[in-house]
Amino acid sequence: MREELLAIIEKNSRIDLKELAVILGVEEADVVSELAALEAEGVICGYHTLIDWEKTSNEKVSALIEVRVAPQRGQGFDNVAERIYRYPEVRSVYLMSGGYDLMVILEGKTLREVSNFVSDKLSTLDAVLSTATHFILKKYKDHGTVISQKKEDEREMITP
Amino acid sequence: MRNPIADKVAGIKPSGIRKFFDIVSEMKDAISLGVGEPDFDTPWHIRDEGIYSLEKGRTFYTSNAGLKELRQEISNYIKRKQGVFYEPLKEVLITVGGSEAIDMGLRAMVNPGDEVLIPQPSYVSYEPCAILAGAKPVIINLKAENEFRLTAEELEEAITEKTKILILPFPNNPTGAIMERKDLEAIAEVILKHDLFVLSDEIYSELTYKEKHVSIVEIPGMRERTILINGFSKAYAMTGWRLGYACGPELIIQQMTKLHQFAIMCAPTTSQYAAVEALKNGDDDVLEMRTAYNQRRRFLMNAFREMGLECFEPYGAFYVFPCIREFGMTSDEFATRFLEEEKVAVVPGTAFGDCGEGFLRISYAYSLENLKVAIGRLEHFIKKLREEQKGN
Repeated sequence: MREELLAIIEKNSRIDLKELAVILGVEEADVVSELAALEAEGVICGYHTLIDWEKTSNEKVSALIEVRVAPQRGQGFDNVAERIYRYPEVRSVYLMSGGYDLMVILEGKTLREVSNFVSDKLSTLDAVLSTATHFILKKYKDHGTVISQKKEDEREMITP
Repeated sequence: MRNPIADKVAGIKPSGIRKFFDIVSEMKDAISLGVGEPDFDTPWHIRDEGIYSLEKGRTFYTSNAGLKELRQEISNYIKRKQGVFYEPLKEVLITVGGSEAIDMGLRAMVNPGDEVLIPQPSYVSYEPCAILAGAKPVIINLKAENEFRLTAEELEEAITEKTKILILPFPNNPTGAIMERKDLEAIAEVILKHDLFVLSDEIYSELTYKEKHVSIVEIPGMRERTILINGFSKAYAMTGWRLGYACGPELIIQQMTKLHQFAIMCAPTTSQYAAVEALKNGDDDVLEMRTAYNQRRRFLMNAFREMGLECFEPYGAFYVFPCIREFGMTSDEFATRFLEEEKVAVVPGTAFGDCGEGFLRISYAYSLENLKVAIGRLEHFIKKLREEQKGN
C-alpha cells in the first residue's frame, strides 16, 4: 500500500483520509498510521500546493542558477550546499552530474533582487568558482502538472 | 423502386445504446458514466512512435496479416502473459480493433445453420456478427448469483448437435465479471466433450483486479480450438487507433487472413508502428492505469454499499453492474429518469441482452472527481425513489 499511497498523495495531498482508505481498500486507521510512519521516516517531507503565481497580482521572478564549486576535503559539496540552501529565497538546491555542480532555483520579487543575490551572496562564497544565471520566462509544466490548461472530455457520451 | 436493403440486415435490431445516445446528445449539461473507453490519453511515447512513423513517410500498406515486427511482439506478449506460444508469421493476424477479429473469426468458421453460443449480458456485436455470418445465435443468460460467470451447467444446457462455437467474453463488458482458472477448466471440459470451438474475446485482459487474467488457451487442449482475440484499445488507451489482433491455429488464422485481405487489406500502418512501441515499453503505463481503475472501482463499490445499492463485486474491465430491481422500474425507465432528473447518463443493462434487465452499466473510465459528482447525484436520486416508494 505504501507506494500506491504515496503516488496518490503526491498528486493530491488534500484527499481526505476516509476516501484514501476506500480507494486503497484498507482501513482508515491503517492509512493514519502509515502516514504517520512515512512522516516520521522523513519519506513525506511536506504537503505543498502548486500555484500558478502568474494568475495572481503577486509578481515573482524565478531563476535557475548553475553553480560550479570547489569541493572541500572530507565534506564534498555538502557544506557549500548548506550555505546556499539556508537563504530563504533559495527554493531548491540539487547536486548535478555534468558541466556544473549545483543547480540552484531561486525566487525573488524582482529581477534586481535576484541579480543582487547572485552577485552579493552567491558569487562571493569562497567555494563558488562561477555561476550562470538563467531566468525562467514561463512555466509550462511543473511537478508533473501542465500549468493553465484544462482538458475537456471529448469522448462520445455513450459508447458500447 | 425495389427495396435496396437486404432482409438479413434489415432484420438486425439497432444497438440498444443508440436510442440512449440520441437523448443524451441533445442534453447540453449532462454528465456521463456511459462510455466504454478509457479516459486516459494514449501514453505519449506510443503516440510519439505513431507520429515518427508518419514523419518517416511510413504511409504504405503493411502485409495483409500486419507488420512482422508487431506480430512478433504480440507473440512475445502472449507468451509472457499467458505462457502460450503462437507462431508470429502463421498464427497471428492484426485486425482493425478486436471487433474486426470477432467478425472475421465467425465468418471464417460458421456454416449456415451452425449455432453460436453467446453468453449475455455482453458486448453488442456478437449477436449481429453471428447472424451476418449465417449462424444461429443462441443466447446463454448469465446470472447475478454466479457473479455473471459462465458455468459448465449453463453451457451444457445450451449445446445442441448444431452448436459449433462458444463466444467467451471475459473480463466482461458490461458486468465486469471475470473467469478464474477453475471456471475455465470446467468450461474446457464441456468444450472438449462436444468438440466445440471457442472465440475468446480478451480485450480487457490487462484490467483485472483480483488475480492475473487467465486465458482459456492456457487450459490443456484448448489452444488448438480457440481464437484468442485481444487488442490495444483498453490496455493502452488506444481506442481511436483501431487496432486489435487474433491468435489461433494456423488453419483458422489463414482463412481469417484471406477474408481480412479482401475486406480490409491491412490494419492502419501508423497504428501498427505505435503498437510495437506499446508492447515493447508500455508495461508501466498499463500498471499505472490499472491502479487508477482499481481505486475508482473500490470507490464505487464503497459508495454503493453506503447507499444500500445491490451490486456484486466485479473484478475486471472498468464497469460495475448494480441491480436496481428494488425500485420497481425497468433498466430503461431507471436510466431515462436518472438522465432527465439528475442529468447523468448510464447505460441500461438491457442494451447488452434481455437478461441485463434490472441492471445498469456504470463505467468508471472517469476521474475520481467526476465519479464523485455523478455518484452524489445517484445517491440523491435513489433517496428520492425510496421516498416515492414509501409514499405509495
